Amino acid sequence: MTAAPDHAPTITGLSTWQRMQRHLPLLLVPLLVVVGYLAIPATSSWLTLTVSGLAMGMMIFIMASGLTLVFGLMDVINFGHGAFISVGAFVGVSILLALGSLTGAPSLALNIAAVLVAVAGAMAATAVMGWIFERVIVKPVYGAHLKQILVTMGGLIIVEQLILIVWGPDEIFFSRPEMLKGAITFAGAAIEKYRLLAVGFGLVLFLAMIWVLRSTKIGLIVRAGVQNGEMVEALGYRLRIVFVAVFIAGSALAGLGGVMWALYQEVITAHMGQEMMVLVFIVVIIGGLGSVEGCFIGALLVGLLQNYVGFIEPKVALISNIGLLVLILMWRPQGMLPVVKAK
Amino acid sequence: MSDPVLSLQGVHTDIAQYHILRGVDLEVPAGGVTMLLGRNGVGKTTTLRTIMGLWRAKEGRVVFRGEDIAALPTPAIARRGIGFVPEDMGIFSDLSVEENMTLAAVSGPIDAERLDWLQSVFPPLRTFWKKEAGTLSGGQKQMLSVARAMIEKRRLYLIDEPTKGLAPAIVATLAGALRALKQEGASILLVEQNFSVAKALGDTCAVMDDGRVVWAGEMATLAGDTALQERLMGLSMESA
Ligand SMILES: Nc1ncnc2c1ncn2[C@@H]1O[C@H](COP(=O)(O)OP(=O)(O)OP(=O)(O)O)[C@@H](O)[C@H]1O
Ligand SMILES: [Mg+2]
Repeated sequence: MTAAPDHAPTITGLSTWQRMQRHLPLLLVPLLVVVGYLAIPATSSWLTLTVSGLAMGMMIFIMASGLTLVFGLMDVINFGHGAFISVGAFVGVSILLALGSLTGAPSLALNIAAVLVAVAGAMAATAVMGWIFERVIVKPVYGAHLKQILVTMGGLIIVEQLILIVWGPDEIFFSRPEMLKGAITFAGAAIEKYRLLAVGFGLVLFLAMIWVLRSTKIGLIVRAGVQNGEMVEALGYRLRIVFVAVFIAGSALAGLGGVMWALYQEVITAHMGQEMMVLVFIVVIIGGLGSVEGCFIGALLVGLLQNYVGFIEPKVALISNIGLLVLILMWRPQGMLPVVKAK
Repeated sequence: MSDPVLSLQGVHTDIAQYHILRGVDLEVPAGGVTMLLGRNGVGKTTTLRTIMGLWRAKEGRVVFRGEDIAALPTPAIARRGIGFVPEDMGIFSDLSVEENMTLAAVSGPIDAERLDWLQSVFPPLRTFWKKEAGTLSGGQKQMLSVARAMIEKRRLYLIDEPTKGLAPAIVATLAGALRALKQEGASILLVEQNFSVAKALGDTCAVMDDGRVVWAGEMATLAGDTALQERLMGLSMESA
């Protein structure tokens, strides 16, 4: 019971170099783009692939962003997240098909209006579905990982079966709205308009999310909650309510991602969400569980790699992402931008 | 004497399968500083966490200003006006000092005057206002943790070993802050191993052993009785 002596060690702050090192992963995306440039013979192909890789990355990010926060906030592993992607796609595409007069018109304004209505419908549907999913499936298994995995997978199977009942067993083909078809030519490279649109939209959405997380009190609560949920509660905030809100928002975002992916592929199937989940999980893990920025970088890396490798050596495209996962975890076992967790 | 602001009556708490608190009886008088003392591992931290609802009392009552709060959820307990400084400080390391403080002001924006005062009590808060809290030194983090609890006036502060491992200058700063809180009329339940701080701040005192309060009384009584200290805590605090 003595006061600490003068020479007591104090924990000093991180040096500038250590701080810079932490942000090193930010350089990986430009690095991969440069590597792609060196590895791909024709500049025009490289440009096309880069845009399509970024577009794919943005869509994966939109699908994954909610999942990483849901895990970070309450340690909930949701294997059913893919269900929201599929449902979003089916609801969105049904709306687009119903709005055929708008999507078929050669007017950008009408086309965009149709897409916005489809997106709003898909997000509303998946938000409601997320709310129900949380209450019925996730809430009873808080804190029990194995049960979470089993139960949420069960939820996914049920939702997929419901899609088959409502929309029938066949895949649905459709085409993008008139003005979103085709490509523009830039520096000798053909770049699909829709991909450019997806990149721009994804970027805006990412910046908006970062703004909410950094500049609003709700955002602060979410970020703090990912690090130390107990302390957030001890300050007087009800983490469970925040968690449910994030779960619902994340589900709606997955629905949005589903619509965007559907427009990208121009075909939808009941298990498309489940297929995307492989990439989504890779992205969430390499980004660092609970980190939105890490998730964003991870998604761009996965999208770019998939496209570059798919062009150079199609057979290894899928395993290239597993390779990325392994490499990143060897470098940083907690993911690229790990959240500093209490405990 | 007026009613205690907080009283624990026969509180039992289990952590997993272990029976840690075995009938804690404790009173914190309004407007005073109550020291919670005892050897390592006797249940001081568990007692504070049970009051906050972070561990659940399986038996007994936790009465705060006349209301049994034992079954309330943690956020509701905090909103009754209880500020908590946990043993591990509970700093949000990825957030800036400013963001840590903003979050702690639960009932609205930070009061500028109070912040100004806190920054003069803890000068590093001003210097490192925009800095990521994880990059602060141990002492600076402890100041942030205490300041965070103080950013709004609370009725009761639960503070767990705020001076552990800190240099004397910082200990003096923290002691000064706690004295200022006391002058504000707040009640404080303070776990403190540093006896000179305990003696200087404490009005009353409770000593725990093996999950119970085994002695309670005036701080001065304990401070003046070396034999009693030796019996209760196995060592004399005067040796400090
Ligand atoms: N998470 C836990 N799981 C199991 N046992 C625990 C846990 N936390 C504390 N304990 C046990 O509960 C008992 C009381 O611990 P507590 O932290 O309340 O003691 P303390 O008086 O605060 O000690 P110290 O002075 O070292 O901080 C100890 O025996 C400890 O081993
Ligand atoms: Mg302790």
